Amino acid sequence: MEQTKKIREGNIRIVSRLIRNLEDSEPEARTAIKNIFPYTGKAHIIGITGSAGAGKSTLVDGLISAFRKKNKTVGVLAIDPTSPFSGGALLGDRIRMQKHTEDPGVFVRSLATRGAMGGLSKAVGDAIHVLDAMGKDIILVETVGTGQQEVDIIYNSHTVIVVLVPGMGDEIQAIKAGIMEIADIFVVNKADHPGASQLLMELKNMINMAQIPEDGWPLPVMTVESAFEPIKFGEKIDSLAQNILKHYEYLVHSDQLKSRLHRKTMVEIKDALRTCILDQILSDLEANGELDRLAYKLISKESDPYTLAEEISSRYLKKRPGKPYQKKG
Amino acid sequence: MTERKIRIMVAKPGLDGHDRGARVLARCFRDAGFEVIYTGCHQTPEQIAVSAIQEDVDLVGLSCLSGAHRYLFPRVVELLKEKEAEDICVIGGGIIPEQDFEMLYHSGIKAIFTPGAHLDDIVDWVRQNVEPK
Repeated sequence: MEQTKKIREGNIRIVSRLIRNLEDSEPEARTAIKNIFPYTGKAHIIGITGSAGAGKSTLVDGLISAFRKKNKTVGVLAIDPTSPFSGGALLGDRIRMQKHTEDPGVFVRSLATRGAMGGLSKAVGDAIHVLDAMGKDIILVETVGTGQQEVDIIYNSHTVIVVLVPGMGDEIQAIKAGIMEIADIFVVNKADHPGASQLLMELKNMINMAQIPEDGWPLPVMTVESAFEPIKFGEKIDSLAQNILKHYEYLVHSDQLKSRLHRKTMVEIKDALRTCILDQILSDLEANGELDRLAYKLISKESDPYTLAEEISSRYLKKRPGKPYQKKG
Repeated sequence: MTERKIRIMVAKPGLDGHDRGARVLARCFRDAGFEVIYTGCHQTPEQIAVSAIQEDVDLVGLSCLSGAHRYLFPRVVELLKEKEAEDICVIGGGIIPEQDFEMLYHSGIKAIFTPGAHLDDIVDWVRQNVEPK
């Protein structure tokens, strides 16, 4: 309880250690989440995604300034990839955000993906809870550089910003499924580079193809450029921040906030079940060497993966003994 | 529970824009399996201390080629102590004359690596002297 109090008071050492313990799946970190959970749910969580080098960190830096001007406290979780070879990582998102380091209203934490494939890290959901309980008004979550498919950010944020830059492909890219579907706000960044007006037009065409109901969110496309001219850049970012807040208002006044919360909590409970049931079974099987023996049974064709899995599940899950998967209806 | 990872911050304090060495080292730490936060150039000791705490690192590696290490390095150690984070180990590197070593060690810098140091030796030093918290 002492820890919960310190988190809520914004004790940086306690908060940053807890996030680390969450990343390392330390058992006591789970207890901490149980304790702080009642104090979460107040922050506006904003996801920023887009390809590597699109300018996400620079936008985050600008957004921190914009929200601080509105007297909102800001937490940032910036994710960069883990090496598949060494398991190490080079986390460089902070470089762009240094001017806020000494502002006590801003907390920035870098996370490595550690093998997660959806553009985030496994600990990010819980880390958001920590910053939320800490009392941050705004939480900015910057994904790794994403391609087409890494859309997990929608399960973790209220407002998703997809950052695009000119010169990445033709108009067919704009109507493909995946990342182009998840935006609440599009940002065409580096809009002073060649090809920007074409990209802008393609995006607008794409949006016009979709049928947005009259009371729906009109999906803004915004341009940002001149990151090295503070006044011009600041103005653009201020209007982006304005649109972000407008989107939240829209969520509150429509049913969307509830349905997004439902979408998020569904994923959260499934993840928790996986951690508490599946991970436990797997580590059990690994520890007693059974997993190895099962693999050999497959190599020797003694059995097949589904028979083995059904045997295991009937052993562990007593209430529904080995019921084979049946398609509904 | 997964294995505890060593987290390192590589930082360049002061007015010194030469960060090739720092980048080489950051990459080398990455390849050694550590999680490395690189802050970029022109950091004040205050920024470095705050960032190190926010990132919960085990080690801060300072690089300085400008000659201001006699002030900048001890100042980072001092600030970490002020913020009750003296458990974060601080090492330094760059163009540092041998006659300054003692003063730096005395101020709390745990190791100094100068041009010619082998990357493997630096990684070995980290493995032997830094226990992830």
